[in-house]
Amino acid sequence: MKKIRRLPLSDIFFGIISFSASFLVLTLIFSTIFVLYDESSLAIHRFGIINFILTEDWNPVKEIFGAAAPLYGTLVTTVLSLLFAIPVALGIAIFLSEVSPHLLKTPVGIAIEMLAAIPSIIYGMWGLFTLAPIMADYIEPALQNTLGQIPIIGKLFEGTPQGIDLFTASVVLSIMIIPFIASIARDSLNLTPNLMKESAYALGATKWDVVKDVMIPYAKLGIYGGIVLALGRALGETMAVAFVLGNRHEISASLFDAAATITVTLANEFTEADSDVYLSSLFYLALILFVMSFIILAVAKFFLLRAERGYSR
Amino acid sequence: MAEVEKIKVENLYFWYAGQPYPDKEKAALKGITLPVYEKKVTALIGPSGCGKTTLLRSFNRMHDLYPGNKYEGKILLDGENILTDDYDLIKLRTKVGMVFQKPTPFPMSIFDNVAYGLKLRGIKDKSVLAEKVEKALKQAALWEEVKDRLNQPATGLSGGQQQRLVIARALAVEPEVLLFDEPTSALDPISTAKIEELVVQLRDSVTIIIVTHNMQQAARVSDYTAFMYLGKLIEFDKTDIIFTAPKEKLTEDYITGKFG
Repeated sequence: MKKIRRLPLSDIFFGIISFSASFLVLTLIFSTIFVLYDESSLAIHRFGIINFILTEDWNPVKEIFGAAAPLYGTLVTTVLSLLFAIPVALGIAIFLSEVSPHLLKTPVGIAIEMLAAIPSIIYGMWGLFTLAPIMADYIEPALQNTLGQIPIIGKLFEGTPQGIDLFTASVVLSIMIIPFIASIARDSLNLTPNLMKESAYALGATKWDVVKDVMIPYAKLGIYGGIVLALGRALGETMAVAFVLGNRHEISASLFDAAATITVTLANEFTEADSDVYLSSLFYLALILFVMSFIILAVAKFFLLRAERGYSR
Repeated sequence: MAEVEKIKVENLYFWYAGQPYPDKEKAALKGITLPVYEKKVTALIGPSGCGKTTLLRSFNRMHDLYPGNKYEGKILLDGENILTDDYDLIKLRTKVGMVFQKPTPFPMSIFDNVAYGLKLRGIKDKSVLAEKVEKALKQAALWEEVKDRLNQPATGLSGGQQQRLVIARALAVEPEVLLFDEPTSALDPISTAKIEELVVQLRDSVTIIIVTHNMQQAARVSDYTAFMYLGKLIEFDKTDIIFTAPKEKLTEDYITGKFG
């Protein structure tokens, strides 16, 4: 009999374990999609896709549900938080990668990463008990007295400042996502080859010139990737926002009004869902959020992969 | 022919961060004194670690980018010591350009790369920029190859073209001195020959200091050669004398390949 070369038993065993572990991940993703779709099919049937997205009503009594208000809240808080976070985070990243004295780099870098380690519910509590009163008493009235006086933009700042509103929620969110953008942007900026920076300095460039003309273009894709990851995080964040947003299913022009996001709606209302359509509509919201996050993460991965390929060249 | 001393290095010591300043025995550069003549090519040769690149990078104070590096002694550029604390580094780097071991095109178009130094100096006039860019590219013998694709990214050029682009970028700001740090170490023989030819041509307009590992290259392109060893300047003379009748035994051993 010929001897057949075989893998040792331990290798086969190990192979099976690692294969099933990775297979489990795929199974989880697909079963999540399936469950979300299955549970929401009643609502999809009843309200359709476009109609559900465009309907502002959320009326459990009449059993009319629409995603417009939480979608709007989700988008506004996400966009606003990115608007607040990006400049600050880029400032931090630039400081850490090129401006900061050597001794400060590590402690500040660690402090930034520690920010990401704070549980989001703590951000939420801080937002509710510390930030919201400050917002209501000082910042929001001040904004009303300045920006609020401008004809069209003023609409954004109408109403009585409560502190529990889109604006405060966006600020809390932005603080939460700053570490993500900052640390990824810093790592990308640090990947700029020294020789490249030296060439610019050798031409008589200042630090700012080097950052702006060499490092940022070089790190661009990595920075985009970081921003999109932060975007994904902002979209899905629940607890921090739930404390300071107010869960109100109405779209209003003012940022100083309470609102709802998809995640906050889900967190607050599952226990109250007393009819099948209600429950199904909540699942439908979750499905929409899942699809949105999925697309955004895919885009982020795309940018990060392209960035990596760019550097290795 | 009377030579004009463009740069005069006087008793220069240099310590990298971490080297035991002010222990002169353990400095990276140990009391270098050297003239650099105007509109000539001066080659710095010597084995790895002899300090030739360290010396080169002192001429535009590249070492200042990293904390903890220390100089002692003087480098006189047109009679003025560039090592003083209040010497304007931007002004220095305008006068003294540099080309590195590897091509370093910026992530922008060919035109913008060459125009970069000009824009840093606040030149915004499009026609002036176009004129200077064309002149620099012609000087760097690259114009014919890129004139139809000035707006394409510079990273699309070949290695040799990129290196000439970088030379054009340095030339565009009309420096008085140009430093070359092993400019052909990453290039193939044909591209190397082109760069060497260029160095010889540029001698008419700028003072050139070139660091090279390749002794034939030093012999081909330079008028003067400085041989360095372990942070010291062993011998400095006209290139043909260094390569035919060196005075020092160490120099002779090095150029005949006995060590290095």
